[in-house]
Amino acid sequence: MTGRKRTTIIASACLVVSMTSCVLLLRHLDRVRPKAAIEDVLYIDSPKLVKRASLGFDGLMACMYWTRTVQYFGQRHYDNEHTYNELAPLLEITTTLDPHLLPAYQFGASFLAPAPPSGAGEPDRAVQLMEYGIEHNPNDWHLYYNLGFVYYGLKDYKKASEAFERGSHVPDAHPFMKVMAAQTAEHAGDYTTARMLWSATFETSKEKNIQENALEHLRAIQVDEDVTNLQAAVTRFGERTGRLPSSMAELAAAEHLPGIPGDPDGNAYKLTPEGRVLVENPDDFPFITKGTPPGYKGPAQLKFHSKL
Amino acid sequence: MTSRIVHIASNTFREAVRDRVLYNLIGFALLLSGAAIFVGQISIDIERLVVVNLGLTAVSLFGVVIAIFIGIGLVSKEIEKRTLYTVLSRPVCRWEFIVGKFFGLAGTLVVNTFFMAIGVFGALLYVAHKFSVPDAQILVALYFIILEFLIICSLALLFSSFSSPLLSAVFAFSLFVIGSFADDLRGFAGLTHGFTRWFATGAAYLVPNFSALNVISAVAHQQPLGASLVLQNTAYALLYTVTALSGAVLIFDRKNLK
Repeated sequence: MTGRKRTTIIASACLVVSMTSCVLLLRHLDRVRPKAAIEDVLYIDSPKLVKRASLGFDGLMACMYWTRTVQYFGQRHYDNEHTYNELAPLLEITTTLDPHLLPAYQFGASFLAPAPPSGAGEPDRAVQLMEYGIEHNPNDWHLYYNLGFVYYGLKDYKKASEAFERGSHVPDAHPFMKVMAAQTAEHAGDYTTARMLWSATFETSKEKNIQENALEHLRAIQVDEDVTNLQAAVTRFGERTGRLPSSMAELAAAEHLPGIPGDPDGNAYKLTPEGRVLVENPDDFPFITKGTPPGYKGPAQLKFHSKL
Repeated sequence: MTSRIVHIASNTFREAVRDRVLYNLIGFALLLSGAAIFVGQISIDIERLVVVNLGLTAVSLFGVVIAIFIGIGLVSKEIEKRTLYTVLSRPVCRWEFIVGKFFGLAGTLVVNTFFMAIGVFGALLYVAHKFSVPDAQILVALYFIILEFLIICSLALLFSSFSSPLLSAVFAFSLFVIGSFADDLRGFAGLTHGFTRWFATGAAYLVPNFSALNVISAVAHQQPLGASLVLQNTAYALLYTVTALSGAVLIFDRKNLK
């Protein structure tokens, strides 16, 4: 073996071994290092400073910050952490860098507004974010729609109606904006309005995640409405007979229903001896507000039933 | 005269290619294809934006680095290798040498940008599955980036005509950074009074205004760009380039090469 060949073999072996060792060591280090210290830190929280530091390439920087926002929210959601301290600052930096980055407003508001565990529980910041978005993109009706949606979630139906109304005046706005403005003003809080809002979200979005989320809410609305109606039937039964129905079958027969009513997954609703109507698997409906057993705190992880 | 400039330019281009400058295209291709494939999986709804923003930013930054690091050595390397004396002993004027070097480097960057542009459009087709009419605006952004390169090439040549390569690199890069803040500098001038205002305003107009040539964000959002912007940016970049090149020629013409 020539000296050169020997050197090649030894150097190649050293390269492979040392590189592999580096990777293994780093993996070990990742396990040893405190995780929160890595994830929950925003080194520069001044949007203006980040914009200056981007040297004019603020579009790319905004994309990077938006990706970081999505990763931050997703990771904390996945880890079942219910605090999102850096979410609003990250969104502020993203939208300062690129005020026309529409997904940051549309998704950002839906990350910020809902109460934990679905979101950060910061509806006021969500409203501020949407108003900032509207200020910089006044001709995009989707933003008014999203703002209306945030207010609807806050049960501030007057402001929700106003937001839909403002959006309906934008050129090329979807015709349902006018309908929703009227519907929210007159029939706020009923299931029909909620179903209409989520159906509109499902139909107007091309993004699979949004459609999946809308579908899940529509399923939850169906369950909430079913449980409300069945609970009312239980009350009627009690008033009529002076006792609670012994089973869902007895209740169905008394109400002349075609069969034992079931949830959107086809599972029959349950009736407890105390007369409470419950869903079979509440974890399968992450957004339901009714039909859950006492003390139920929601699913550990959001589980979407991809029907797309 | 023209043929001498063309000869110097083509030699400069060949030398740059021999120096493996175009290898940066491999890095660019990996960056862009990686972004096109992975961003969709780790972010939401910004695949197209990332491809346009990342593609054009990379074209710009790769080109600026090439322009500075090759531009600063164009004159000094020739002096160091003593090839400059061979060239100037022939019937070649010093200004022709500078102008030829400029066109050679500019040509290298145009070729480089052409291949990168193919990469950007390829990645765009991959994520969007089709081209739309506003995508043609990307060509305008690429054209502005080339104008930016012309200015930086001429500045690198200007600095290298009187300074060492290291200092030339520092000067050129600093001017690139300051030029990116030109609008802020002008805003700052508006806030001051007296001599400071006069000085800041003068500095704001003296440094190249790269922010006017940066339309990447606008193009990424498919916002229309007016024809007057194209015309005025072209005129501005050409005038600034001529100014810097004239300075380089003036200095190099008086440089003692003994």
